[in-house]
Amino acid sequence: MKLRAVSVAVACLLAWLPAAAVAKLPVDPLASPMWQPLGAIFFGDDVVRFDDRVRVIFPAIAEDQHSFPVTIDARGIKGVKRILLFADLNPIPLAIDYTPDAAQPFLATRIKLDQRTPVRGAVQLEDGSWLVSGGWIDAAGGGCSAPPASRVKGDWAEHLGQVRGVALRQADGTHVRLAFRHPMDTGFVANIPTYNLDEVSLSGANGKSYGTMHVEASVSEDPAIAIITDATAGETIVLRGGDTNGIRYDGSLAVRDGAANAALAAR
Amino acid sequence: MLGALAVPAWAQALTYRIMPEPVGDGIWVVRGADGPIAQDNGGAIANITIIATSAGTVLVDCGPSLRYGTALKSAAEALTGQPVVRVYLTHLHPDHIYGAGAFAPGVVAATPQLASLLKSEGAGFSDGMYRLLGDWMRGTEFTPPSVLLTAPQETFGTRRLRLLPLAGHSAADLAILDETTGTLIAGDLVFHNRAPATPHANLATWQASLATLRALPHRRVIPGHGPLDPTPTTAIDQTRDWLGWIAQALRDAVLAGDDNVAAGNMPIPPRFASMKAARYELQRTVSHLYPGLEADLLPRIDTKR
Repeated sequence: MKLRAVSVAVACLLAWLPAAAVAKLPVDPLASPMWQPLGAIFFGDDVVRFDDRVRVIFPAIAEDQHSFPVTIDARGIKGVKRILLFADLNPIPLAIDYTPDAAQPFLATRIKLDQRTPVRGAVQLEDGSWLVSGGWIDAAGGGCSAPPASRVKGDWAEHLGQVRGVALRQADGTHVRLAFRHPMDTGFVANIPTYNLDEVSLSGANGKSYGTMHVEASVSEDPAIAIITDATAGETIVLRGGDTNGIRYDGSLAVRDGAANAALAAR
Repeated sequence: MLGALAVPAWAQALTYRIMPEPVGDGIWVVRGADGPIAQDNGGAIANITIIATSAGTVLVDCGPSLRYGTALKSAAEALTGQPVVRVYLTHLHPDHIYGAGAFAPGVVAATPQLASLLKSEGAGFSDGMYRLLGDWMRGTEFTPPSVLLTAPQETFGTRRLRLLPLAGHSAADLAILDETTGTLIAGDLVFHNRAPATPHANLATWQASLATLRALPHRRVIPGHGPLDPTPTTAIDQTRDWLGWIAQALRDAVLAGDDNVAAGNMPIPPRFASMKAARYELQRTVSHLYPGLEADLLPRIDTKR
C-alpha cells in the first residue's frame, strides 16, 4: 500500500517534470507579472515565440476603460489557425478565442481594461506553435467592475438578440462588422452574475464556415467585432450566435460590393 | 553650478509659470500647452483670459488645479494691480475649472445650465486628474460656482462683457464678448491649430453655436486651446472644418464596416497639418462617437428585425 502510494507519487512527478521542462516560456519583453501563469494556461506545452508580425494595434491612450479598441492583424503570417486576444491584468484575461476558417487572420473588437495592462494577440500556426505580440496600455481602473450602461439605464433586457452589421467586399477581402446588444456582465458588479455573449459563428453558402469564436465577458458592453472573410459580393453570410443564458443571436447579411458602395458615397 | 546640478529633479517644487500675453487694451491671454493633459504641463493646457477693469480684475476660466488657481490669482493681481472680482467658468471640463478653489465666495460664476450640470458631473473628474497629474493636484477639490449668471451681460466699471450661453462642445458652454476691444473669448467652442476635443460633444449643436459666434461683431478670438486668432473667423472656420470633416469621415468609416482602430488611424487631410494633437483627438473622438454611429447607421441583421 505504502509502495503504491510512492509509485503514484513518482508517476505524478514524472508526468509533471516533462510539462515543466517544455513549459519554459520565452522571457516576456513586456515583463508582465502574469506572463508565466497565463502562458501555461493558454499555450500549455506548445512552443511559443514573440513575433512582431502579429500586429496588435490600439490607440495611444485608453480614453474609456470600459471600451478599448484592439485589432489583431496577422495577415503577414501564413497558416494561422487560431487567434487569442487577451489582457494580462484583466480579471478575465481572455477576450476572444477566434478560429478563422475561410477568413484572414484578422480580428478587431473593443475590450474592457481593469487597470494598466499588457494587451496581446497570440496566433497559433498549423504546427501548433504560437506567435505572440502586444504592448502595455495605461488605463484608469474599474473597466471590468463598473455596471454596464444598460444595467444603470435598466433597458438591458429589451435589446437581447439584436445585432447590427455590414459586410462589404473590398480589394483585400470582405470586411464584416457586427455590433451586438448585450450587457456583457463580468460578474464583478454586486448582485449581477456573469452573463455574456459567448459563441459566434459565420458561414456562407453550403454551410462553408468563415470562422467561429468564443467570446468572454471581458469584451465591452454591446460587443463590436470585425473580421475579414473570403465571402464574395452578393453572397449571404449566415450569423449564428448565443449567450450564456441561451439567448440566440442569429441573423444574416448580404455582402455588398465595396466599389459600388464607394461610387454611391461619392455621388 | 555643481551644487545646482546636484539637486535632484524630483526635489524641485511643482510651479506653474503664468505668463500673460497682451491681446488688446487691458486684456491678456495665459496660453495653455497645446497638448494632452500630462505631468510635464501640470494639466495647464487651457487658455485663460485676464481682463483689467476699474472695478477689479476679471478672469475667464481658472486652470486645472488649486495650485494653478493660486498662481493665476497672484499673477493676475500683480499684472493689473486690482483684486480678482469675477471668474467665469466656460464649461465643465477640469482643465478649465479645477482652479476655482483659489477664489473667494461670490467671485466664481457660471450659467444656471452649467451650474446644474456641475452638480452631477463636477466632482467626477477628480480621480482622473489626480491619476494623470499626481502632486500637481495636491489640495484640489472641485469647487462649485457661487454666482449664477442670469443677465445677458455684466459690467465692471466701464467695461461691458456680453455673455453668450451656448452648447455643443458640452451641454453648457459660455462664450464672452469683451465689447471694449471686440475680443471674443470663445471657451472650448473654438480651437485654433489644436484639434478639438469631443468627450461631451454634440457635433450638430456645436456647428450651430459656431455659426452664432461667427455672426458676432468681434475683431479677434481667444480660443479655448491654441494661439490667439487675430482675425474674426480663421479659428472659427478651422473648428467648423474639422468638426464637419470628422462627422463625415466617421460616418463613411462606419458604413464601410471599418473597426474603431482603423477609424482612429485613418489619414488626416493635409489641410489640418497645422493642428496639434490631431491624431490623439481623432482617436478620442472615435472612442466617444463610434458606438453611437454604429447603432444609428448600421442596419439590423438579426432574425428578430
